[in-house]
Amino acid sequence: MARRTFSMGGIHPGDSKISRECKIEKLAVPPVVYISLSQHIGAPAKPVVVVGDKVKVGQVIGEPGGFMSAYIHSSVSGTVKSIKDTLDQAGKAQPTVEIAVEGDEWLESIDRSDALVADIPADGKAILEKIKQGGIVGLGGATFPTHVKLSPPPGKTCEMLIINGCECEPYITADDRTLRERGAEVVVGAALIKHVLGVAKATIAIEDNKPEAIQNIQKVLSELRGKDPEYAGIEVLPLMKKYPEGGEKQLIDAVMHRQVKSGGLPIDVGAVVQNVATALAVYETVQKNKPLFENSITVSGECFPHQANVLVRVGTPLRFIIDQLGGVPENAAKIISGGPMMGKAISNLDGPTLKGTGSILFLTREQTKREPEGHCIRCGKCADACPMGLEPFLLYRLYKAGDAAALERNAAQDCIQCGCCLYTCPANLPLLDIISLARGQVMGILKARAVAAKAAAEAAKAKAEAEKAKTE
Amino acid sequence: MTSTIIWTIVIITALGLLLALALYLVAQRFKVVEDPRIEEVEKVMPGANCGGCGFAGCHAFAEAAVKAPNLDNNFCPVGGNEVMKKVAAILGYEVKEKAPMVAVVRCNGTCENRPRIYEYDGTKSCKTKVGVAPDTLCRFGCLGCGDCEAACQFGAIKVDPVLGIATVDETKCTACGACVKACPRGLIELRYKGPRGMRMFVACRNLTKGAEAKEACDASCIGCGICYKTCQHGAIQFLNNVAYIDYTKCKLCRECEAMCPRGAIHGVNFPKPLDKAAVKARVLERQKKAREAEAAAKAAEASAEKPVEKKED
Amino acid sequence: MGKLIVSPSPHIHSKVRTKNLMLDVVIALLPTVIVSVVFYGLGELLVLAVSILSCILIEYLITRFLLKKPSTIGDFSAAVTGILLALNLPSTTPWWVVFIGAVVAIGVAKMSFGGLGQNVFNPALVGRVFLLISFPKYMTRWEVPQGLFGADAVSGATPLGAIKEGLMQGGSVSEIMAQHGYSYSQMLFANIGGSAGEACAIAILAGFIYLVVRKVIKPWITLSILGTVAGFSLIFWLANPAQFTDPIFNLLTGGLLLGSCFMATDYVTSPMSTKGGVIYGIGIGFLTLMIRYFGSYPEGMSFAILIMNCTVPLLNNWFHQKKYGRA
Repeated sequence: MARRTFSMGGIHPGDSKISRECKIEKLAVPPVVYISLSQHIGAPAKPVVVVGDKVKVGQVIGEPGGFMSAYIHSSVSGTVKSIKDTLDQAGKAQPTVEIAVEGDEWLESIDRSDALVADIPADGKAILEKIKQGGIVGLGGATFPTHVKLSPPPGKTCEMLIINGCECEPYITADDRTLRERGAEVVVGAALIKHVLGVAKATIAIEDNKPEAIQNIQKVLSELRGKDPEYAGIEVLPLMKKYPEGGEKQLIDAVMHRQVKSGGLPIDVGAVVQNVATALAVYETVQKNKPLFENSITVSGECFPHQANVLVRVGTPLRFIIDQLGGVPENAAKIISGGPMMGKAISNLDGPTLKGTGSILFLTREQTKREPEGHCIRCGKCADACPMGLEPFLLYRLYKAGDAAALERNAAQDCIQCGCCLYTCPANLPLLDIISLARGQVMGILKARAVAAKAAAEAAKAKAEAEKAKTE
Repeated sequence: MTSTIIWTIVIITALGLLLALALYLVAQRFKVVEDPRIEEVEKVMPGANCGGCGFAGCHAFAEAAVKAPNLDNNFCPVGGNEVMKKVAAILGYEVKEKAPMVAVVRCNGTCENRPRIYEYDGTKSCKTKVGVAPDTLCRFGCLGCGDCEAACQFGAIKVDPVLGIATVDETKCTACGACVKACPRGLIELRYKGPRGMRMFVACRNLTKGAEAKEACDASCIGCGICYKTCQHGAIQFLNNVAYIDYTKCKLCRECEAMCPRGAIHGVNFPKPLDKAAVKARVLERQKKAREAEAAAKAAEASAEKPVEKKED
Repeated sequence: MGKLIVSPSPHIHSKVRTKNLMLDVVIALLPTVIVSVVFYGLGELLVLAVSILSCILIEYLITRFLLKKPSTIGDFSAAVTGILLALNLPSTTPWWVVFIGAVVAIGVAKMSFGGLGQNVFNPALVGRVFLLISFPKYMTRWEVPQGLFGADAVSGATPLGAIKEGLMQGGSVSEIMAQHGYSYSQMLFANIGGSAGEACAIAILAGFIYLVVRKVIKPWITLSILGTVAGFSLIFWLANPAQFTDPIFNLLTGGLLLGSCFMATDYVTSPMSTKGGVIYGIGIGFLTLMIRYFGSYPEGMSFAILIMNCTVPLLNNWFHQKKYGRA
């Protein structure tokens, strides 16, 4: 049977899910963790501990630094050694709390038992507050604070919750393993989110290259359905494997056959998308009082002999994880945090993991080195591959010609930076590199225009008021 | 036969006249009346249309110059004082002479001073590279992808393949400022060209603290502050762990260059090479004397005003 | 461990390169090439060899010595041009005429625009049309296929040429067809006079299907050309069967199949969007038929493609593919 998928573009970059049979293992606690205060989109958190403080596992060490921000919790017990700018995985300075580990003492409030708590609390507001307190952010990669996403702006209603279990990037298997090993918890998490949103339907979308995960969730659902009415509306939807199915806009298109307007939000078409790992984190923080300080990471790559899915504490230096698994392989030429399509190259192995870190990949020179640029032969493969229906070859040319107006007309700002164009280009043109610049340029123009429009509106309003005051 | 030829000539001539008339009428109808001085001014402009003056091109500058009541806000950096004198002569304005400027790349992170520890594999654009992990330990230095080179219309700035950083050919640089805008690291600055091209500048923008800056590059400013203490002209500013020489105050004494333990301060186009040891000895001697004098003054002050507690800062 | 690489995403790349695509086109052309050699004999082999080698040589010389850039012959595009040019020429063409065609195709139509990806017109077709206009004597001396080891070549007219000539002399289509003994099965399986690539419809279609299955090209341009030719000729034929040839005849004769499958679908000189491609195809089909029916040349495919090549920038400007979330 032909499976559903998104309507335009997309590529098949091979599966490479070589670690899919590796169980999620708990990794040892490192001697020192570096917990970044900027692990989410938006303002960095404000530290609430000072150097020398003793902290326990799960204790709050950072408070939201604004509306769009999140709590940060300690992932270890020990002493705060320093709070300063430290280099992250990509060698950029981020405010970071350094904690020297002493033992492993958890907060007493955290329920560390394995028993499944399937009863959904009645009070949605309380659940939302717990999600906020638990410091949960979108773990699909964007690290958007979850409590913000779960509070739709007034006037917008959610019709469907989509739990994103696509994991469409090659190599990564952490979500697959989570669905197979902790499916029940994910489903409860989904039910909790569903309850918060007050929506009748929820779909757990899983690509069909994960049959075990699909089966497991179906089994779990049949068991849970009788327990609480919240489970009734949850369904599993197998999708055809295609990259970038896990992209929010593509997933909404695939599941609901609706398209989010340019510049719009998923909620505009009645959808809220949450990742599998996020659902699990919601379950843990709401039902078990365990805030988000641990996440599953896939460590993989053909040249890396000890592929694994590991559960690590947030803030663990990458080098510690890699050393635990046998060290950096000799022939690795590039280390990537995230998937091979959208992940970031790591330059600083001393950088810590973040909440949103999903994988560490090792690629060899043959796999990753770009070939010399050729000439565009106008084959149009990039346009066929673009899941946003853009024409990368055109944007590339327009950016080089410096035509910002045409870039805006041709929707450079809609680029989701999935990398399909660069992946496909037979001439090895750096399409995405250039389109990202173009996107930035157009976004800047749009922002400036919005600011100007707002200022003009305010000026007009002030003028009208002044005139009104005069007449009175 | 003859009649055909005659008719052809007649018709073609008539057609030509008719079209000429049409062209004339159209030209009259759509004639744009422009101040003739604009054209005159434009003629003396360099014609590079680089936008360094802040206008869209030489014509726009000429228009603005003709409309403006004086030339205070309009200056062509490319043409410099020469051209501005001509413009002033045409318009009958006074022109304030400006010191010629030149673009300076404030980075000394050559491949030798700052080893490339990673291999960058993206498109050759500083704007892209700046978003990726840096290929050296320095997060502030020249990226070497040549966005400035692409922006320069005069071929004056080039990324040196051996050094790995951008270098300015000051004979070609017109100080239009295009490279300043192009550099995503903000390394390029327009500075006074200086008498006979002599000028001083700090060739580093590394804002990290000493130890890290030292690790990043062999010629980095580590923010030790020695130059600040050395300078007698108040030309050196000190902010965010990095020194900056104010070119309006610098007297080109080269003492800071001699004193800098990192070789981060550069003096260029000086006729004689700097005798570091001699200058250093001179400065140290002066500083020693100053310290002694200060101590003596303090002692004297202390003995004179003993009863009154005065705070020194 | 060497230096680690850092770069923007994505970090992996598809294995398909320009040269793979071009190689696929070469593979798709192989059946036609084999059939043409088998049917037209050693003369065709010589034309093919001269055309391919001179195209590659000229591109090499121009890139290395004129442009002083790394040679681009490794992408096989010159080879593709060479094969297509050869397939567009009669097998009796002298080697020096083929060489001149290659010089025009690569030197004028391709490299002077900046090389692969920059040219406006299909190089092989420019070469062909240049030869057609400059050396009509050699270019219209069609040979009736005698087979690789057959007797001496017998010159004859192409079906299109015969029809045109016959019509001018006042005959009707069915008379002329009967007179020359043309049959559709003959046209389908290659046994008919013409330039090498026109010979066997089945071989061309096999190559076309290969390209579509391998996703090298999309079928829309070809289908719209064939559809347009079939549709319009049906109308004309129904109106006056004595004066106008029928759709099947039009589809199977001349360079229509070769042109619509391999020349009109050339990446560089065809529109990028499907919509634009369909309009481009309709234009080619219509122009071909108009030239065949009313023009002085018996065959119009090359001219039709070259004329529509001019409209490609415009079509690219007008038609864009549908964007996500934008009505």
